[in-house]
Amino acid sequence: MGNYLPSTKAQQQEMLEAIGLSSLDGLYADIPQSIRLSRPLNIPGGKAELEVLRTMKSLANKNKTFGTIFRGAGAYRHYIPSIVKSVVSKEVFVTAYTPYQAEISQGLLQSIFEYQTMVCELTGMDVSNASVYDGATAAAEAVSMCRSNKRKKALVSATAHPDVIETIKAYCWAAGTDVELIPELGGATDLSALEALVDESVSCVYLQQPNYFGVIEGAENASKIAHEKGAKFIMGINPIAAAILKTPGECNADIAVGEGQPLGLPLSFGGPYLGFMASTNELMRKLPGRIVGEAKDRNGRRAFVLTLQAREQHIRREKAGSNVCSNQALCAMAASVYMSAMGPSGLCGAAGQSMAKAHYLAGGLEKIGHKRKHSGEFFHEFVTVAPYGEEKISQMLQMLEANGILGGLQLNGGVLWCCTEINTKEEMDFLVSLIKQFDEGGVA
Amino acid sequence: MKLLFEKSISGRCASILPKCDVPMAAIDSSLKRGSAPHLPELSEIDLSRHYSELERRAFGVNNGFYPLGSCTMKYNPRINEEIASLPGFTDIHPLQPESTAKGCLEVLALAERYLCEITGMDAMTFQPAAGAHGELAGVMLIKKYHEARGDYKRCKIIVPDSAHGTNPATAVMCGMSVINISSGPDGRVDLEKLRSAVGGDTAGLMLTNPNTLGIFEKDILEITKIVHESGGLVYYDGANLNAVMGVVRPGDMGFDCVHLNLHKTFATPHGGGGPGSGAVACKSFLEPYLPSPIVSKGGKLNYSRPETIGKVKMFYGNFLVILKALTYIMSLGSEGVVESAKLAVLNANYFMSRLSGAYSIINKGLCMHEFVITMGKEAKESHVSALDIAKALIDKGSHPPTIYFPLIVAEAMMVEPTETESKEALDQASDMYIDVYKSAMSNPESVHNAPALAPVCRPDEVGAARSPILKYTGKW
Repeated sequence: MGNYLPSTKAQQQEMLEAIGLSSLDGLYADIPQSIRLSRPLNIPGGKAELEVLRTMKSLANKNKTFGTIFRGAGAYRHYIPSIVKSVVSKEVFVTAYTPYQAEISQGLLQSIFEYQTMVCELTGMDVSNASVYDGATAAAEAVSMCRSNKRKKALVSATAHPDVIETIKAYCWAAGTDVELIPELGGATDLSALEALVDESVSCVYLQQPNYFGVIEGAENASKIAHEKGAKFIMGINPIAAAILKTPGECNADIAVGEGQPLGLPLSFGGPYLGFMASTNELMRKLPGRIVGEAKDRNGRRAFVLTLQAREQHIRREKAGSNVCSNQALCAMAASVYMSAMGPSGLCGAAGQSMAKAHYLAGGLEKIGHKRKHSGEFFHEFVTVAPYGEEKISQMLQMLEANGILGGLQLNGGVLWCCTEINTKEEMDFLVSLIKQFDEGGVA
Repeated sequence: MKLLFEKSISGRCASILPKCDVPMAAIDSSLKRGSAPHLPELSEIDLSRHYSELERRAFGVNNGFYPLGSCTMKYNPRINEEIASLPGFTDIHPLQPESTAKGCLEVLALAERYLCEITGMDAMTFQPAAGAHGELAGVMLIKKYHEARGDYKRCKIIVPDSAHGTNPATAVMCGMSVINISSGPDGRVDLEKLRSAVGGDTAGLMLTNPNTLGIFEKDILEITKIVHESGGLVYYDGANLNAVMGVVRPGDMGFDCVHLNLHKTFATPHGGGGPGSGAVACKSFLEPYLPSPIVSKGGKLNYSRPETIGKVKMFYGNFLVILKALTYIMSLGSEGVVESAKLAVLNANYFMSRLSGAYSIINKGLCMHEFVITMGKEAKESHVSALDIAKALIDKGSHPPTIYFPLIVAEAMMVEPTETESKEALDQASDMYIDVYKSAMSNPESVHNAPALAPVCRPDEVGAARSPILKYTGKW
């Protein structure tokens, strides 16, 4: 039914004749009959555009979109300026391939160069790549960058996002190297435990800032401890928090990575997101994936090219450090437009407001008996301990859901809450009043 | 053209956020960065014009012929984009209760069902974000399978020399060593070399079929049998599935797992290099090892997977990309999928036959969805290289084919027109290709300085790599 094949049957016939065939089946003479599919594919028949639209809209309607969201845990609803959506839906940017041919791709190459520059500004690092798949794969690739023959073990903080830990573990298992978790103490990485764990066999230490529980880590100290034993220090950061917090560069990190989704990408049930990666100059040639560099063309004009390709799989094959080929170029462009539209004051504003609102909500919840579990300073997420057990927490969250609110994430006897600049005082006051009523047995 | 930073004016900004309606929070100054990130300061009109200018300096499928071999640059239907921008999909938090994300889960379950049918496989993960990422997940499955049987000596992956570079690079990421086997004179896997390469240390073989020369491995049953009899598994690199979908299935050829490039075969756009999706399908005996969670038949997320390889990415994959691919399959339907494959092959053969009078083509007889030209002789005798032809094509308003790949062909140009080009488009393009060839051969100098009409000409890549400038360092 629906297809995107412009050639008419008559044209197809002409083309077949031109190549000396009488039917389309003749094209597959090389495929043995015994393995050919001798029946139609068992999937529904094609549909017209209008039918497809109806079907997919009905699927979309089976999802519930929450007007108010207090859940983060790795995916954050920040305001996305209109210009971001308009730029990244430009047909050329949407449909182009990786910019292999520089002359016909200066627009894309320049946009990536600008993205790399902004990632360096945000992280305080020397160099950035053109992006990787997401924050978790960025972390796993960073761990691979640090590995050497003598140092094969990675130390990963237990306060990192669980999916990031799982991804690092899977990559390390595949490569045949070890991962050990640095235990948590009071919601933060236990730095004295780190001190005891780090030795000459450790390639790197991975720390998330702010961590999974929202707590701001003592990153500088962790960095110092790692470096004293010759291990590299990798910091996984939230890019909005980065507008306020000490940068990985200021913490002497060797590699900064993170999930770029908060920079202008919608929640989208988990993807596509954006993994950003930046490093010191020293590690530049170990960065995976595409990197864009400035060059001069034959006439002395400024040009941009894919560069340092001697690192990459299509040149080095089995000697490449990573197999990364595709990046998330369009998502990186969204992040660039986002950062440029917000500017320094806007980005700091989004960060400051997110933090302010989280602190306001934490105060409100504390007043009704939902105290913070951890004492450390926090950015825009925090864990509360409910004055009741798991089952009732789950009922409380269901009560919020019935009121059109996506509450925090239930987490071992507590709740992980998140606020961004989008949440209003009114929403937060309403949330607190609903929970208060619920706790007092007023609503169920 | 200027960079964003060169357009920045101190103090200029857009008005995006309202004033904060709660008191600001203070954190210890020792936790704060020294100064605000130095980002460009621009108004919305600056941005609008900047990106419109960048757009004019880029080339998409909407601009013209884009026969980039191995990349399947088919038309990306707009309805897919529209559906992927519905708030009922874009505003769904990955961790909201499953009962409130039933539509998303149904999208994953349906996409899995259709793609398993198309590949002849039993189960699927959508976590991998790109083809190479799918390869990584796939080879992890193979490694886990051997380990689960207590067979730790299988540490070698066999790869033909025509394979994509990602194949050997992936094998190494999985702690495997790589055995490269050279192709036979007909461009196919040399069965004798394969037989002598397999053994008790073989973890598996990674193969693209049709291969990167656009040739179908007709001995595929024998190939998969040889590997299986040695105890290894066979991995299907799905980059070239577009040639054969609905005609022959990897599962029926004897493959054990496969990655699909949804951004190639299933018409989701490439976005200038991503996001893609490298969904991995496998036979049921590998299902226990798939990344966690999987979507169970009932449309629920199943995290209870004791034998899983773990996770290769956050959450469930590039959901919106998967959604676009599902929309595409629904539009095409059973008959449309097969027809697309056939017309991709027809277009490639027609285009190849039109060019064969001028260019030297590697493929003897019919090709699959792509074919390979060699400029080896021309480069040597007339100083006209594949690069020269590619750059001259840019001046004619066409995106060049893939050049210098596969590595086993001298001065290779790999051409994949795809099924969404019309006969007239192919006629016009072939006239242009022949024209470029003829003028290059009659006056090689004329192409050495091509392109003349692009914003830049042959940037110095060697210099750029020798003294890398990877960010803007001017003042702003």
